[in-house]
Amino acid sequence: MEPLTWSGDLGTFLNPLMGFAVALFVAGFVANFALVLAGQRPGEMVVNADHTLSLQRTPVDFALMAMKYAVLVLVLGVVGYIIGGMVLADPTRSGILGAMAARLTPVWLSLVALFAVSITFKRRLGLYGKLFDSPIGMVGFGLVMFWIFTAAFSGMVATHGPITVISQMRNQLPGSPLPNPTEGQYGWYLLGADNLGRDVFSRVIYGAFEVLKIAPLATVFAFMVGITLGLPAGYYGGRLDTVITFLANLVLAFPVILLFYLLVTPEIVAAGIPNYLSMVLFIFPIIFFVVLFNSRFRTDPPRRNLLVGATVILGGVAYLSLISNPSDPNLPWLFRLWPEMLDLFDIPGNLLIVFVSVVFVNSPTVFRIVRGIVLDIKTRDYVAAGQTRGEGPWYIMLWEILPNARGPLIVDFCLRIGYTTILLGTLGFFGLGVSPESPDWGSTINEGRRLLTVYPHPALPPALALMSLVLGLNLLADGLREESLKD
Amino acid sequence: MALFILRRVGVMALTALCLTFVVFFLTNLAPNLEKLAKTQGNARMSDAEVISWLDRNGYGGPLVVRYGEWLGVVPGWLREDPINGEWRGRCITRGQNPEGAPRYCGLLQGDLGYSTVSAAEVSSIIGGRLQLTGILMFWAFAVMVPSALLVGVLAGMREGSRTDRTLSTLSIATTATPEYVSGVIFIVLLASSQVGLSPLLVEWGWLEGGTLFFGSARSAMDNVTFWNFTLPVMTIALYGMGYIARMTRASMAEVMTAQYIRTARLKGVSFRNIVLKHALRNALIAPFTVIMLQFPWLLTGVVIVETLFNYNGFGWTLVQAASNNDIELLLACSIVAVLVVLVTQLISDIGYVFLNPRIRIS
Repeated sequence: MEPLTWSGDLGTFLNPLMGFAVALFVAGFVANFALVLAGQRPGEMVVNADHTLSLQRTPVDFALMAMKYAVLVLVLGVVGYIIGGMVLADPTRSGILGAMAARLTPVWLSLVALFAVSITFKRRLGLYGKLFDSPIGMVGFGLVMFWIFTAAFSGMVATHGPITVISQMRNQLPGSPLPNPTEGQYGWYLLGADNLGRDVFSRVIYGAFEVLKIAPLATVFAFMVGITLGLPAGYYGGRLDTVITFLANLVLAFPVILLFYLLVTPEIVAAGIPNYLSMVLFIFPIIFFVVLFNSRFRTDPPRRNLLVGATVILGGVAYLSLISNPSDPNLPWLFRLWPEMLDLFDIPGNLLIVFVSVVFVNSPTVFRIVRGIVLDIKTRDYVAAGQTRGEGPWYIMLWEILPNARGPLIVDFCLRIGYTTILLGTLGFFGLGVSPESPDWGSTINEGRRLLTVYPHPALPPALALMSLVLGLNLLADGLREESLKD
Repeated sequence: MALFILRRVGVMALTALCLTFVVFFLTNLAPNLEKLAKTQGNARMSDAEVISWLDRNGYGGPLVVRYGEWLGVVPGWLREDPINGEWRGRCITRGQNPEGAPRYCGLLQGDLGYSTVSAAEVSSIIGGRLQLTGILMFWAFAVMVPSALLVGVLAGMREGSRTDRTLSTLSIATTATPEYVSGVIFIVLLASSQVGLSPLLVEWGWLEGGTLFFGSARSAMDNVTFWNFTLPVMTIALYGMGYIARMTRASMAEVMTAQYIRTARLKGVSFRNIVLKHALRNALIAPFTVIMLQFPWLLTGVVIVETLFNYNGFGWTLVQAASNNDIELLLACSIVAVLVVLVTQLISDIGYVFLNPRIRIS
C-alpha cells in the first residue's frame, strides 16, 4: 500500500483556500498595525442632526474586517477537513488529517450535541450557561471537552492498542501503511510510529485517558485537603493558623522537582513513605464530609446520624482499601492489617505515589488561597449575623463562608487541573511517571526527545496535545472569571 | 523594620533546618542506604555485611546524630578499622592520623561533604555548576522580565481593548506551554535537520548545511553564542513570561482606573505622558514581588531545560544526584535550592515595603 498523504483529495481544494485565509490574515494584521502606527483610528459612530446614526468606515476597519473573514474562512477549512474525512471514510482519499477526523467522529458528534443543548438553554444554566456568552470561555470549554470526550471514547477512536508493537514499523513516518495488515486491523499508522514501533496516534488518544484519569481527581483531593485546613486556619487564626501556615510554607519552599525525585524512587516506595502520606492525605475528604453533614444537621439527629454514619462506613472502607494492600508483603505491617476480603481495590504502587505526590504539592497552594478568602469573608456582616444567631463555627465556615468563596475557587480549580497536568507531564518527562510503558503524554515526550532532531513525529503530537488541554483549561478559567465578575 | 527582618530570618533558618532534615531523612532511609552500600561495596553483599559496611563508613549511628554531624554541631564520626588498624572518619582523609584533624566538619564549618558517585568534594562540584546555571538564569531573566513588563503594560493601559485581548490571550498561551513542550517545539522548528526551518533555509541557500540553532547547549558551557544559547533561554523565558505579564497587566489596569489618573486626564495631560510619568511607576510595584517569586519557579524550569538541552548546570546535577542517591551532593543541592526560595521571599517582602510607602511595619 502507498503511504497516506497529509491532506489527500481534500487538500487539492482546501489547502489553497486555507493558505489564502492565512495570507489574508497576515496581510490584514500587518496593514492594521501599520495604519495604527501611522495614526489612523477605527471609524466612530456619528450622531446626525436627524437623530440617525452613521458609521464611517476607515481603512483600519477594512483591515480588521479582512482579519475577521480570514479567521472564518480558516475555521470553514478545518470544518471542511472534518466533514470531508467523515464523508469520504477512505483514508487513501481523505489523507491523514481526514482519516484522523473520521476516527474522532464520536467526539465531534458529542461536542456538537453538548454545545447545541448548552447554547439553547444557556439562560437557565447559571454560571455554566453564562460561559457561552464569552468567546474565550467557549473556545476553552470546547478544547477541554474535546479531550474529555476523546478520553471517554478512546477505545473507539484509537486505531491500535497503546502498547501494540509492530517492530517493522519502528520510527516510520506519519501515514505509513502496515507491512501486512490482518483482517479488521487498521491499515496505517496515522501519525507514524515511535522507536519501538507503537502507533503514535493511538498512544496520544490513550494518553488523554491516562492524564484525565489522574489530574482532575488529584486536584479534587488537593482541594479537599486545602479547604479542610484553610477554613479553620483563616477563621480561628491564632496559633493554629501559625502552625499550619508554617507547614504549608515548608512544602512550598521545597523545589517541586526535588520533592518528586525524593518521593518517586523505588527505594522510597519500598520504605512505605507514599503509604504513610496517603494515610494522612486521604483522611481529609472523610473529615470534610463528616464535619459538613454534622454541622448542617446537628439539630436533626436521625438524619445527621444516617448521613454521618454512611460517610464514615463507606468512606472508611474505601479509605482502608485504598491505603492498605495486604497481599504485598514488602509494605510495613500497618498497611497489611486490613483483611484481604474487605480490600475492595488495590492501586498499583506507582500510580498511588504519583497521585499522592501531586496532591501533596498542590494542597498548600489551595490552603493559602482558601485561607486568604476566609480572612476576607469573615469580616462580612452575614458572618457576624450568623455568630449572633449562635451558629457553630463549622456551620459558618462550611455553609456560609465556603459557598460565598465558590467563584474564585472554581476558577482556581480549572487553573489547577491544568497545572496538575503540567506536573504529571513533568513527572513523565523525568521518567518518574506511572509506568515506563504508560501512554501518558509526559512519558511519551520523554521517549520521543532522544531522537528528536531526526524523528520529531513521536514527540510532537503529545506535546501539542498537552499544550492544547492546558490552554483550554486556562481559557476556560479566564472565561469563568470574566463572566463571574460581571454580576 | 529591623525586628521584622530579624523575625523573617529566624523563620527562614527554621524552615531551612526542617527542610534539610526532611531531605536527610528521605535520603537516609534504610533501602537507600542498602543501595548505597551495594553500589559502593559489593553488589552481592548479605544483610549482615551491609550493616557492617554501613557501620564502618559512618552510616550506623542514629539518624539525628548523623544529621548533627552533617550540620556540624556534633563531632564527626571516627572509627578504627578492626582489620588493619587504620583510622577512618568524616573529617579525615583515609589513613590520616585523627590527631590534628578538626573535630567538627559540617555545614556550619563550610564542609559540604564528599560526593560518593563522582568521588570529589561536593563544594567543588556545586560551585562550577552554579556558575553555569547563573549564566543561563541571567539571560533568561534579561529576556523575560523586560518583554513581560512591556506586554503587561501595553495590555493593561487600555483595559478591554483589542490589543489587551490579543496580548492577554497570548500570555495565557505561554503559561499553558510548559518547558518540555516549548523546548520540543523549538527544537523541531529551529534545530532539526529534517523538518522545520533549517532544511528550508538550506534549500534556499541561506544556510550552509547543519541547522539554524543548536539542539544541544553542551557547547555553551565553554562558550556562549547566540546559536547555542537562544533555545534554552527562550524555553525558560517563555513559560515565566506569561505569568509576569498577566500580573503586570492586572496592576496596570488597576492603576489606570485610579483617581489621580482621571485628574491628570481631565487636566489634559497626553495619554503617553499619563502612562509613562504617572501610571508606570506605581504599576510596577506589584510585579516586583511576582518577579522575585519567579526564582523558585524557574528552578524547576532550569532542571527541565538543562536536561533537555544537555547543559550540565545545577539542575542537571540535581537530577543526577537524585537518581544516583548521591546523598551529600543531593543535600547540598537542596540547601542551595531552599536558600534561593527563602532569600527571594525575604527580598520580595522587604523590597515591597521599600517600594510601597503605603505599607508600614510597626
